[in-house]
Amino acid sequence: MANKRIDEATNTETVGHEWDGIEELNTPLPRWWLWTFYLTIIFAIVYVVLYPAWPMIEKATDGVLGWSSRGELAEEMRLADQAQVGFREQLARVPIERLPDDSELMARAVAGGRAAFQVNCSQCHGSGGAGDQKLGYPNLNDDAWLWGGDLKAIEYTIVHGVRWAEDDQTRQSVMPPFEGAFDEAQLGAVVDHVLSLSGKAQPNAAGAQIFADNCAACHGPQGKGGREFGAPNLSDAIWLRGGDRADLRRQILGPRMGVMPAWGERLDPVTIKMLAAYVHSLGGGEDFVEVADNPEVEVDEQP
Amino acid sequence: MSLTEKHKKLERNITLLAAATFVTVAIGGIVEIAPLFWIDNTIEEVEGMRPYSPLEQAGRDIYIREGCYSCHSQMIRPFRDEVERYGHYSLAAESMYDHPFQWGSKRTGPDLARVGGRYSDEWHVQHLENPQSVVPESIMPQYGFLAENDLKIADARAMLRALQTVGVPYTDSDLEKAETDLFAQADPDMDAGDLAERYPKAQIRDFDGNPDRVTEMDALIAYLQMLGTLVDFESGAPLEELAEETGR
Repeated sequence: MANKRIDEATNTETVGHEWDGIEELNTPLPRWWLWTFYLTIIFAIVYVVLYPAWPMIEKATDGVLGWSSRGELAEEMRLADQAQVGFREQLARVPIERLPDDSELMARAVAGGRAAFQVNCSQCHGSGGAGDQKLGYPNLNDDAWLWGGDLKAIEYTIVHGVRWAEDDQTRQSVMPPFEGAFDEAQLGAVVDHVLSLSGKAQPNAAGAQIFADNCAACHGPQGKGGREFGAPNLSDAIWLRGGDRADLRRQILGPRMGVMPAWGERLDPVTIKMLAAYVHSLGGGEDFVEVADNPEVEVDEQP
Repeated sequence: MSLTEKHKKLERNITLLAAATFVTVAIGGIVEIAPLFWIDNTIEEVEGMRPYSPLEQAGRDIYIREGCYSCHSQMIRPFRDEVERYGHYSLAAESMYDHPFQWGSKRTGPDLARVGGRYSDEWHVQHLENPQSVVPESIMPQYGFLAENDLKIADARAMLRALQTVGVPYTDSDLEKAETDLFAQADPDMDAGDLAERYPKAQIRDFDGNPDRVTEMDALIAYLQMLGTLVDFESGAPLEELAEETGR
């Protein structure tokens, strides 16, 4: 270390040794780099004090701020709830049958329901609620309802689902398969009759008889359907799983039954109310006719 | 000798430098990793978790075989946007029987941690056969061939035995009945026995719409339909309680 000297060309100190006449400059670190380095050390110390850092016996150190990712989420959720607290409380209090009386509340419920529909329902019913005949998802825009189209019926269907095994109160019905029950002529006749109900084929007396014996119990003598069984109306032009002869034959021989999950466990009651309001608003919503003479319906009139 | 002089010695001796580097990195590793093995709140206890039934495990293996994890994560992070869309954020305990876990950090498709019970079995079949038929904007490939493949597991017992070795608490009875359990869960003609008691909340039915065969589709849908359904977040108040915890 004896030969340290100032290099003339650069005015920098050398490290003090040489190899075959080659010397090394001891260039100091750039100031900006050095200070950034010190700052990161200071940052780390501050961070350790403020936030959870050192793992201890039971858990990590808490940090002065007491921050946790879950606590932050809870706070965010609280603020979000607070932002609509008035609306949600109001909606929670109003029985769903009386919702249309308050058009402003109804409008907000429909808007909220639209958002919830896109997240939870559009995967089956389509983003516009148009369903799919080929796949068997009901169209929610028309006024044909399998299980009822007033607000309360829609809410019930959303809460309990359709043929959802894990819910005791789910909408339940089964159409038996008629595979092997009819010969070819009988099958053709009953398909003719069903099509004739909506004017798409000539009436067929033999088919009418088969229909009366086998189908009328659920679909009604005129094929108007029945909501207690969720039996589709066969006399209109709206079809759940397609309306040509092949579709009908397939559905008679081996009926496919739709399943809808029960959302009561998954979504909160207010969201379900909003969804019901949205679906009701899509075009085919029915009035709740029993409001006036149902003594069980009580409305809290307080603001 | 000043500190810088000592440091110079370290810099110029390669063996010494390697040894000192190792010691430094080891300290960091011990401080960061070792406590995870004894700190209680690494994996908080939750009720309801159980090992996968053989059929679900087989479905899980198909999920991994087909690379579903490339696009789908199974971890709902504690952010409002995720919780509002997917449900309660995932807890570490919910993947304690996962080997390997499916957390993931990249989502091309949605998170599947709580997809169970969100759709009907029929929807899953339609969606796996042709995803665009139900979600037009989807870019997911078609997996209809799963419905053509009979479920073939060389040795269901060995499958569970392997998991038992790495710590999944299968009982001897589970191992013994593995072969029967595997098919009985999806075959309505078979007697499932005490499957539902040994695997609480197990869903026993035909999943793929073809009750005559047990296919890979059955296994995959059985797995998808149970994802996130074991822990009951309605009872108790995990959200509030966990939010109180600090040091995390």
